Amino acid sequence: MTTFLGMPHGTGNLAGGPFPREARKALADDQLRANLGRATATIRAKRAVAVGELPDWEELRAGGAALKDATLARLDEHLLRLEAAVTAAGGVVHWARDAEEANAVVTRLVQAAGADEVVKVKSMVTQEIGLNEALAAAGIAAWETDLAELIVQLGHDKPSHILVPAIHKNRSEIRDIFVREIPSAPRDLIDDPALLAALARAHLREKFLSARVAVSGANFAVAETGTLCVVESEGNGRMCLTLPEVLITVMGIEKLVPTWQDLEVFLQTLPRSSTGERMNPYTSMWTGVTPGDGPQEFHLVLLDNGRTATLADPDGRAALRCIRCSACLNVCPVYERTGGHAYGSVYPGPIGAVLSPQLTGVEDNRTLPFASTLCGACYDVCPVAIDIPTMLVHLRQQVPPPAAERLAMTAIASVMRSPRRYRAALWLGRFLPRRLPPPLSRWTRSRALPQAPRQSFRAWWVRR
Amino acid sequence: MSARDDVLARVRAAQSGAVVEVPRDYRTAGSVDPEVLAERLTDYRAVVHRCAEREVPELLRRLLTGRVVVPEGFPAHWLVSLTAEVLRDPLSPRELDAVDGVVTTCAVAVCETGTIVLDAGPGMGRRVLSLVPDRHVVVVLPGDVVGSVPEALARLEATRPLTWISGPSATSDIELQRVEGVHGPRALEVVLVSA
Repeated sequence: MTTFLGMPHGTGNLAGGPFPREARKALADDQLRANLGRATATIRAKRAVAVGELPDWEELRAGGAALKDATLARLDEHLLRLEAAVTAAGGVVHWARDAEEANAVVTRLVQAAGADEVVKVKSMVTQEIGLNEALAAAGIAAWETDLAELIVQLGHDKPSHILVPAIHKNRSEIRDIFVREIPSAPRDLIDDPALLAALARAHLREKFLSARVAVSGANFAVAETGTLCVVESEGNGRMCLTLPEVLITVMGIEKLVPTWQDLEVFLQTLPRSSTGERMNPYTSMWTGVTPGDGPQEFHLVLLDNGRTATLADPDGRAALRCIRCSACLNVCPVYERTGGHAYGSVYPGPIGAVLSPQLTGVEDNRTLPFASTLCGACYDVCPVAIDIPTMLVHLRQQVPPPAAERLAMTAIASVMRSPRRYRAALWLGRFLPRRLPPPLSRWTRSRALPQAPRQSFRAWWVRR
Repeated sequence: MSARDDVLARVRAAQSGAVVEVPRDYRTAGSVDPEVLAERLTDYRAVVHRCAEREVPELLRRLLTGRVVVPEGFPAHWLVSLTAEVLRDPLSPRELDAVDGVVTTCAVAVCETGTIVLDAGPGMGRRVLSLVPDRHVVVVLPGDVVGSVPEALARLEATRPLTWISGPSATSDIELQRVEGVHGPRALEVVLVSA
């Protein structure tokens, strides 16, 4: 992996413990599996209906994939165009090589605004760089305002899904967190989602009205116009993007589209793929600063954090097409059973299994390329046609194989090279137990070897 | 080297530099059908009222009660029957939080997705006006309606502050079940004026 020009890798919340160990822990949690099973089944069905409504889905998919490839192929030009357009519209553009730099830039901007708290729009990239923790270390409180992020924050938990970070919690667990953590929550609150949402509304309203600084991510940025775009449902995004005096947006350098027209593809494919809606309730678009309307100070932080290292690999760079819809998580048989925490990265599921190891370097994320059955469901639903299974195999080849596997492969190669040894091996194969001794037992613990027939084909041929 | 120069140098070393053709074989034109627009707005729990233009003042009288925000440039002749108290900008967020509703026009409405787009122009006002009040009444004229998302983008000016609205505020964050009403207006009433 480091062969790619030694491009520096990313830092932040992108790796955890080995996936097999973490997955086993998750699989032992019956409640988690029930919650995930119900939630992913619901969203899969909704997505299928919303996508089925469009006769030109495959054309949109092909257009989206090519648009992202075209952007990535000449990313420097588009970034410079974006920078010029945002600056011309009254915004300030900052650049960050990695998580630490981005956190330092945001912290400095919040301090310069004289604020000790910020309201936040749900954003994957600020989870990736661990912004809340960095701000806390500087004495700045970051309030998550998306309902699911609020649940995660109040529950002192970690997000487990790209779109619905609290997917692993059911309504009664959420009710318990709210009663425990929100002072205004009635003790006799019942676990009705509508009542829980109403409580969040009341709880955050004062924060929105008094906040002076907001931090957001971005779904898209249009290079030619300098327009930023945030797609959401609840209106917490609109609150953050409209009410405060200062807005700081952190964005990965791959989130660009070259032209305004290009949004016509993604504004159709993203909502249908993620929440299974024809259109999400709210989409906000803004260009720099508009006098008299919204924040009068706007900062855009452009983040690398391993994206250029990913871009350098011709067989891996398509992962940067990702628009974070999370359709691949919802169809993945592995994700459905383990949930997102087992992946250790803020990007879980199939896209996380290809993106996280590339952002951190495969050496620091050795198990994720194997966290898949290669069934291909993720590729089928991906709105930008990322061939995740092929990319997983490509990444697996960069992970040094375990000693037992190397030994077995050397032995098999030696047997296959000589007809005599091959015949002997066939004969011996008849006595092979269904479960192998250590260290090969790690393979046969969950996969019994097929039983050899009493007579081999070659033996039958000779006697015929 | 500055972070900017460093990141740009890395990008240049990593990117392919190729020119990639983008196939645009998808549909760009949709059909304009008020029935479809009404059905899709209703699908996402917006309340749809259909009327002729001369009936707008009477309808607005019924829909707007208490204290109502009216943005600059909203057609005055639609307000003639209003009994509600009319408030005008400048209003602070806290003042907006205490009103009963807001009435606006729109820049574009999209049939296929049941979406209303505001561009902060005359009759729509600053973004905050249609955000903080709990009830948003929006008047859609026949000329505002387009069929598809690509047609909507083609009509809009990118550099204006834009808000795309598809139904009232909602969340799917609890067990992926859609619940209407979180931070944005919990009631969205759409007046579709017939041609």
